[in-house]
Amino acid sequence: MRAFLRHTGLVGPMDRANVDTDMIIPKQFLKSIKRSGFGVNLFDELRYLDEGEPGQDCSTRPQNMNFALNEPRYAGASILLTRKNFGCGSSREHAPWALDDYGFRVIIAPSFADIFYNNCLKNGLLPVILSEKEVEFLFKELYRINGFCLSVDLTKSEVIMDSGGIFKFHIDEFSRDYLIKGLDEIGVTLQSSETIKRYEIKRASQHPWIFGAIE
Amino acid sequence: MAGKTLYDKLWDSHLVLERDDGSALLYVDRHILHEVTSPQAFEGLRMAGRKPWRLDMNIATPDHNISTNRHERESGVSGISDPTSRIQVKTLDDNCEFFGIKEFKMNEIGQGIVHVMGPELGVTMPGMTVVCGDSHTATHGALGCLAHGIGTSEVEHVLATQCLVAKKMKNLRVTIDGELGFGVTPKDVVLAIIGKIGTAGGSGCAIEFAGSTFATMSIEGRMTVCNMAIEAGARVGLMAVDEKTIDYVEGRKFAPKTEVWDQAKTYWKTLVSDSDARFDFEVEINAEEIAPQVSWGTSPEMVSAVSGNVPLISNQTTSEQKESLRRALEYMGLEEGQVISSISIDRVFIGSCTNSRIEDMRAAALIAKGRKKADTVKQVLVVPGSQMVKIQAEAEGLHEIFLDAGMEWREPGCSMCLAMNADKLGAGEHCASTSNRNFEGRQGIGGRTHLMSPMMAAAAAVSGHIIDVREMLAEEIQ
Repeated sequence: MRAFLRHTGLVGPMDRANVDTDMIIPKQFLKSIKRSGFGVNLFDELRYLDEGEPGQDCSTRPQNMNFALNEPRYAGASILLTRKNFGCGSSREHAPWALDDYGFRVIIAPSFADIFYNNCLKNGLLPVILSEKEVEFLFKELYRINGFCLSVDLTKSEVIMDSGGIFKFHIDEFSRDYLIKGLDEIGVTLQSSETIKRYEIKRASQHPWIFGAIE
Repeated sequence: MAGKTLYDKLWDSHLVLERDDGSALLYVDRHILHEVTSPQAFEGLRMAGRKPWRLDMNIATPDHNISTNRHERESGVSGISDPTSRIQVKTLDDNCEFFGIKEFKMNEIGQGIVHVMGPELGVTMPGMTVVCGDSHTATHGALGCLAHGIGTSEVEHVLATQCLVAKKMKNLRVTIDGELGFGVTPKDVVLAIIGKIGTAGGSGCAIEFAGSTFATMSIEGRMTVCNMAIEAGARVGLMAVDEKTIDYVEGRKFAPKTEVWDQAKTYWKTLVSDSDARFDFEVEINAEEIAPQVSWGTSPEMVSAVSGNVPLISNQTTSEQKESLRRALEYMGLEEGQVISSISIDRVFIGSCTNSRIEDMRAAALIAKGRKKADTVKQVLVVPGSQMVKIQAEAEGLHEIFLDAGMEWREPGCSMCLAMNADKLGAGEHCASTSNRNFEGRQGIGGRTHLMSPMMAAAAAVSGHIIDVREMLAEEIQ
């Protein structure tokens, strides 16, 4: 996995609550068997005026200029600022893949849906939880200042403003460790192979019906 | 020391190891795979030169994007008209064959929506951990399982290690006591719960549904309730094991037989929360207060009793709530304060992992019998959740009731719940749907979803608008 230590970038807004994964990447793009190429279809139904289909050339599609991320001032944004319960709904990992492929490295919100949060961590995309008040403050700054940038330092668990303001955020120690080191989670788990095998032997003696039923 | 909740017990019995950093390795007993969230996981295994940890815990079936049209299905995978869907379904077949994973292919008996197929075949049984790359995996919690959705990276991790890196959730208990009113179904119960606690009400929690209302509910009804835990923000929904659970599992294809069955039964009976267990959060609802429910907005928490009205913007407290309501009403093409039963319906969808089991088919048929689809309704799709549900429904003649009523009887799959295949709404169309999500565009770009029970959806189909099914049931009785 790609490691995450520190990132500085332009902030873009998605100013609504309960953004669901259908909105982040609509279902027709889930037919792909690849992990990449979803960025051009991120927020597809909001971003374009026509109906998107997999595999089409998106550069010629009519853009919805009322959609904030289409505004030139947010072009190249790599930090997404949004509202509560971001990523609710389906478990599709295509949602973080699309955000990542678009160029986002950090998402800041007051809360995230559980599965989405987890999926971000597995892809080196950092979900940052700040309070509603802090997010509200950042939205005001974002709208007020053209080219509003933030720095996010995972080693210190801090969001840092150019003006010097610092917001602390919490992330589980193990998640932070995986991200900072860019660890291959499967590789780490397989280091405990013997423990898993011992568990299976014990379990098979207690609950034999679990094993060997599906063949 | 306080007793344990059911979730605590399931967590403890699957704990392989606890690490100093607060994470844990949890053993996975059943891993269900489908065509949409698995290809990249299999590809990951291949690229790393890894193979599945073991095969007998995995089972696969295509459901999300396959056609529900009989003619298209008859010609097999090569006959799937959408080339990208065809490749995805074929990729699942190829991956299962390559790695040796048991699969019920598209037209085989056993195929079905993952969360219908698992319990009905006895793939999932009480006391198990069950995961699947689909957020409605909590459905299996109705059997006393610890079941939840995972992402594709986790699908790969489970394939390679049979474990999940996990962190313990909090315990939330939703208690409902009392008898449900006439015409009030499990779907109404879960929509009412979501309406009360909101779409993030269960975030970070495993929800145990407890109380006499669930004790008297059928296992299929319990699945409908657990299925939508995610719509309340909780990855896990679950219920205690009782005699009904054990009766449900007995005799199923993959269920234990002979003396192992007795051993399993003895263990399963312990799968209840201890009377002195401590829950982090508690919610109580009186069953008698629950009426048939209908969602009017673009989030499952935007729900009302069928006799109610769309809320007023002026009644919302925060500006965020006002804005969210305004946006939802604009998308849905509704006026604030509008009477719910005045909403006209263009299409009806009866199906999905929430409501496509045999009891759901029977409930919808009860209303459809001897009635006709309203002329103003363009299409009524009735999609059984699995091949086995389809066979059972046809044996009972339910398909003829639907066909006589001018409705379509389809092949098993997820269908218009997420509209990955050809079953979808047109822009601006209102749909009475037994599915689980009413997000913008969920059932087709610009489509407007109203979530409700199978009986309510059938009633809307024959009336042409949303209607309180109790009025029709009262007619039946007279």
